[in-house]
Amino acid sequence: MVLGEAVTVLASGDRPPGLLPAREQMAMSLGFHIILSCFGVALPAMILVMHRRGIVANDPTALRLAKRWSKASAVLFAIGAVSGTVLSFEMGLLWPGLMRRFGDVLGLPFGFEGLSFFTEAIFLGIYLYGWGRMPPRLHLAMLVPMAVSGVVGTFCVVAVNSWMNAPTGFQIRDGEVTDIDPWAAMFNPLAWLQFLHMWLGAFMLVGLVVSGVYAAGLLRGRDDAHHRLGFMVPFVFASIASVVQPVVGHVLGLQVGDRQPAKLAAFELALHSEPGPAPLRLGGFLTDGAVRWALTIPRIGSIIARGSFDAPVPGLDTIARSDWPPVNITHCSFQVMVGIGTLLAAAAALFWIARRLGGDPLNNRWYLRFAVIAGPLAVICLEAGWVATEVGRQPWAVWQVLRTADAASWSSAIWWSYIGVLVVYVGMAVGGFVVLRSMARRWRAGDEDLPSPYGPAVADPTPAEPEPVR
Amino acid sequence: MSVAVVVAAAMFAGVIAYGLFGGADFGSGFYDLTAGSGPRAAELRTMVDHSIGPVWEANHVWLIYILVMWWTGFPTAFSAAMTTLFIPMMLALLGIVLRGAGFAFRKYAETYAQARLFGAIFAGSSLITPFFLGAVAGGIASGRVPRGGYGDQFGSWLNPTSMVGGCLAVATSAFLAGVFLTADAARGGRTDLAERLRARTLAVGVLAGLIVFAGLYPIVRDAPTLSHGLRDRGLPLLAMAAVAGTATLVLIFRRRYRVARVFAATAVAAVVTGWGVGQYPWILVDQQTINEAAGAPATMAGLLFVVALAVVFILPAFAYLLWLTQSERWSET
Repeated sequence: MVLGEAVTVLASGDRPPGLLPAREQMAMSLGFHIILSCFGVALPAMILVMHRRGIVANDPTALRLAKRWSKASAVLFAIGAVSGTVLSFEMGLLWPGLMRRFGDVLGLPFGFEGLSFFTEAIFLGIYLYGWGRMPPRLHLAMLVPMAVSGVVGTFCVVAVNSWMNAPTGFQIRDGEVTDIDPWAAMFNPLAWLQFLHMWLGAFMLVGLVVSGVYAAGLLRGRDDAHHRLGFMVPFVFASIASVVQPVVGHVLGLQVGDRQPAKLAAFELALHSEPGPAPLRLGGFLTDGAVRWALTIPRIGSIIARGSFDAPVPGLDTIARSDWPPVNITHCSFQVMVGIGTLLAAAAALFWIARRLGGDPLNNRWYLRFAVIAGPLAVICLEAGWVATEVGRQPWAVWQVLRTADAASWSSAIWWSYIGVLVVYVGMAVGGFVVLRSMARRWRAGDEDLPSPYGPAVADPTPAEPEPVR
Repeated sequence: MSVAVVVAAAMFAGVIAYGLFGGADFGSGFYDLTAGSGPRAAELRTMVDHSIGPVWEANHVWLIYILVMWWTGFPTAFSAAMTTLFIPMMLALLGIVLRGAGFAFRKYAETYAQARLFGAIFAGSSLITPFFLGAVAGGIASGRVPRGGYGDQFGSWLNPTSMVGGCLAVATSAFLAGVFLTADAARGGRTDLAERLRARTLAVGVLAGLIVFAGLYPIVRDAPTLSHGLRDRGLPLLAMAAVAGTATLVLIFRRRYRVARVFAATAVAAVVTGWGVGQYPWILVDQQTINEAAGAPATMAGLLFVVALAVVFILPAFAYLLWLTQSERWSET
């Protein structure tokens, strides 16, 4: 097996001083960007549906919502564009050991991702500034390349990540990476499933966050066509994604079990290999070499993790201690993802069943309250899923080929850059929040155009009228 | 000519495009920063916003294109540059983040105080990025990035060639932006604003020309390989830059703004291309050639496919965007 050989060949044995801050900086900047990239992927499709309804059904409410969403997306996409650029630099600044050896193996999908980002940026510019300046149907059509490039871009970026989990498209001979086939690396065995999982996740997150905003308005008594439509369009997207997601996630999980037993063992908190059927452990921590405080449900672990009634789940005891991922983080984040994901799928199903039975969940205050927190829950769910797959891959940057320690930079300045990035991102998050909130407030007050004050307010030149005598 | 050289040329085409479009974008921050306050400043800032608003994100993607071509096509050179030039890269990145976010936030800021804060962040950081990217270019061009990476963390960018590169990038960006903004103001019928911009653009243009040609002096001593290439193959390009730059100034002086844009872009493109031609065939000067750094053949072929897709799909779309922004309907604010 080529990979086994690689372990000894590419390992240097030393840990660079920048390993911890590099991991922290990458986790923080990627965790930040992943939320905004979801908006880049899913929001154009939602605006397209809304804007099309506005034009085709001649619905002014839909048109106004589309226009507002496009303004909010200008802010979100700008933060997404710059935080994505940060990640491009960080590939080299933080992980030169990965890029030096594998840049020409993993890079091709990034090339296509660059093209789709280009497409999205070009048509975003046209769409945002095209309001009132283009024929309406042509203007609407500008959303199509944006929505398509979101799909392509997601596939390309996730293809690189899935390659790190299922490395293909190269051989290692005498410590040299040879026989490079970038297409085989791009279309690695996990690429399609991991892409689908992320793509659905993006629609869940954006759909639930946006519908949650309108659910909050409905809760405060602003029950009108505007709020109902603003809730409904994103919620339909999110419902479909939420219900399909557990199926995709389950199939992907089965693949992980076959390819990355250490990750699966950490997901399942399986310390010892047990002959099947294996139990399911809910919650719990690994301390002092024992699992504590776990709720153990017999038998169904095999069904969930292996798709079989009696297959064993291989335990961490089959894996060298130095190859264990951080078990508790992996297990906890995996279960948070599964738990919230299941809850969201059930809530989406409940909504449509209740409607089928003649009820309207939008008149139910408890459902609305849930819809408001569903947005933040979806964000937590997505972040937890990302932590589970990334931390669960440790200590490998490229599964069983390159250790993270050998991928990281030897620069001693990374603590400083990490602190700098942290400060800037906090500032950017606060700035974005302040601007978006003020946009919403001015919209509620009836101000549609939101002109920016580029200079000090000019004093009103006409003297005030005297108060009329009543 | 090897496949690697073709890929490098395609990557360098991205550098030229970023120098022009990204440069004009960054440079407009200079006029925004020095606009002062009051209604005249508001007029200028509104126009900066209107001019770069639809295009800044697309202009910016040229940088992503360059990075991706670099790490995929020439991975060892990429990692050597990133580990050596860690600090200027990080500072350029800081500028990119602050500028993009500041620009987007200002457009929807509610109060003047907020708009002023975001505007100052946007405009100030607009000058940081070209300076440090220019310094990065200077470090590479003066042979300070060792092929194994982890070169001198400070000397690699605190040196005469890097300082020339940084100042040159800022000056040419401001010059380009001045020409474009003046033309935009004149086209939109804001004659007063165009006049004010015209005077400043002329001053910036003279300064940029001085930096380009005075900068050659320290480069001769500090970067012998580059300066040899510049005097040899690069000479026609330097001559072209001088002629086009002078022509731009004359045209601006005579208020022929539309044509001036073409000459300004030619001048800047000639300077950037001069650097590329001057350091050929090195990708890291004196350390690693383009062919030595090239990645796997199958990957290079894949990158050519990416480039072909960009030519077929991206360039027409990009041209459409630029054409729209120059059309009459889009010129009204």
